[in-house]
Amino acid sequence: MLKLRRVEACYGSSQALFGVDLELADGSVTTLLGRNGMGKTTVVRSIMGMLPLRAGVIRLEGREIQRLPSYAIARLGIGLVPEGRRIFPNLTLRENLLVAAANYAGASEPYTMEHVLSIFPKLSDRLNHFGNQLSGGEQQMLAVARALMINPRVLILDEATEGLAPLIRAEIWRGLTILKEKGQTILVIDKNIDALLRIADHHHIMENGRVVWSGSSSQLAADKTRQSRYLGV
Amino acid sequence: MSFSPFRRRLVLGTGLTILLLLPAMASFAGDPYLITLFSRILIYALAAVSLDLIIGYGGMVSLGHAAFVGIGAYVVGILSFHVQDGSLLLSWPFELQASDAALLVWPAAVLISALMAVLIGSVSLRTSGLQFIMITLAFAQMLFYLAVSLEAYGGDDGISIWSRNRLPLVDLSDDSSFYYICLVCLLVFLYLSHRLVFSRFGRVVRGAKQNELRMQSLGFPTYRYKLVCFSIAGAGGGLAGVLIANQNEFVSPGLLHWTHSGELIVMVLLGGMGTLFGPVFGAAALLLMEELLSAYTEHWMVFLGPFLILVVLFAKRGIYGWLSGAGGNHA
Ligand SMILES: Nc1ncnc2c1ncn2[C@@H]1O[C@H](COP(=O)(O)OP(=O)(O)OP(=O)(O)O)[C@@H](O)[C@H]1O
Ligand SMILES: [Mg+2]
Repeated sequence: MLKLRRVEACYGSSQALFGVDLELADGSVTTLLGRNGMGKTTVVRSIMGMLPLRAGVIRLEGREIQRLPSYAIARLGIGLVPEGRRIFPNLTLRENLLVAAANYAGASEPYTMEHVLSIFPKLSDRLNHFGNQLSGGEQQMLAVARALMINPRVLILDEATEGLAPLIRAEIWRGLTILKEKGQTILVIDKNIDALLRIADHHHIMENGRVVWSGSSSQLAADKTRQSRYLGV
Repeated sequence: MSFSPFRRRLVLGTGLTILLLLPAMASFAGDPYLITLFSRILIYALAAVSLDLIIGYGGMVSLGHAAFVGIGAYVVGILSFHVQDGSLLLSWPFELQASDAALLVWPAAVLISALMAVLIGSVSLRTSGLQFIMITLAFAQMLFYLAVSLEAYGGDDGISIWSRNRLPLVDLSDDSSFYYICLVCLLVFLYLSHRLVFSRFGRVVRGAKQNELRMQSLGFPTYRYKLVCFSIAGAGGGLAGVLIANQNEFVSPGLLHWTHSGELIVMVLLGGMGTLFGPVFGAAALLLMEELLSAYTEHWMVFLGPFLILVVLFAKRGIYGWLSGAGGNHA
């Protein structure tokens, strides 16, 4: 589905990625792990065309996308839940969803507002609230829901549960599990290893702008030393 | 929006009623000058609403909006000059006769303003923030000096227009008729703007104001959306210019001056940025203040400063937000 080969990226003159290889299989849930500042968000920005690559190739279903502008990459079917403040605070919840509604990838049964709200039912009560009137958890659910509204081939979540109370976090994991069962391809970045071990199929660990380890959930679960060395858990 | 819907309707309904009945009230009060004053308010309201589209909704703070007002006005002025003169508007590459028919002149003026906005916008919108303010200002001042240098069209002194444009069935030289034409223009522009702001296009522009990258990552080439929004605002400014030229029967470079752009911004701020109806109240407040205070002192602007500060401090969404009871926490 999505494949990165030897991707190198820089912020100005300082290089942040040093040849990243990454592959997302169709319908799989893949993680990108690593401590703070290791380059996970930079990988996401590179995929989304928000950062010019210095070298390397990024392919979505065989098609090179690394030179396309962000909006064109989104139109090819990559849905992003960005790091940080994610929603449009000056649009209502409904508008946040409506603005994204599209079926760029030509899904046969595209997500509609009803589908998305059925995955995150808590959002239904707050349709006419502005983004900045929502709680942190609601905002994050909305960000996931909004990314789904473009009916992405690949959904990317960058720290979507950061700073959330455990119950609300669980709500997001529940949502992702539903998506996974539907066959959605997902790339997830998160610090909650336990939840990821349950949901994800493949894991990649990043250190200093490189992928230093890849493997399955059972391999990672068994390897406590690796977990503590690279992830600090 | 956290406006109280009832109060909002009341405020808008009252405002509309006053505007609809104004010519009758003016003749009842025996003061026909009120019609002229309120025509002016309507025209400036139109310009301010169009500016609110880009400032309030698009976050594009332009300090050059008067340029489009001026362009619209100059199209009327130049054409009327040639009609009066009997000379051709254009003799090369083809011969073109000037016209004073509103149905030709007005759409042409609006179109030219919109095209100029595309031109200016396509450069300016590559920047943002302070740079955008400066570059729109620079473009407007360039056009101002261009107008000053148009010796054939009066240069500094501008162009006197011998008669207002002709419209079938309506006599524009009659001040009441002209007033209602201005009102129709304003209401139509408000209606279209309202539709635009709450359409998908409007959502993209409003969202991009908060975070452009995020909007791009949803699949929208935000630059193009902003450019279209900018040129629609330019068209609105151009229409206001057309009406100003007709009302004053005179156009001069002053229309394009940056202080004129500044006045439009003040109207938007006073009335309530990002509210669409607010700038109408802002235009009314500013022009009425000017009218009342300038009777007592030529330094009426001195009072404007403190008033503006009070409004900005205590009425977050301007006069309109205050009247209609807007809540505070809207971005
Ligand atoms: N906008 C930027 N300008 C310059 N350097 C940056 C920028 N963003 C990130 N970096 C640098 O790039 C490196 C990788 O950062 P990145 O944000 O990709 O890390 P991350 O793995 O996502 O970390 P976190 O877990 O904190 O989100 C860091 O050294 C960081 O300082
Ligand atoms: Mg990050």
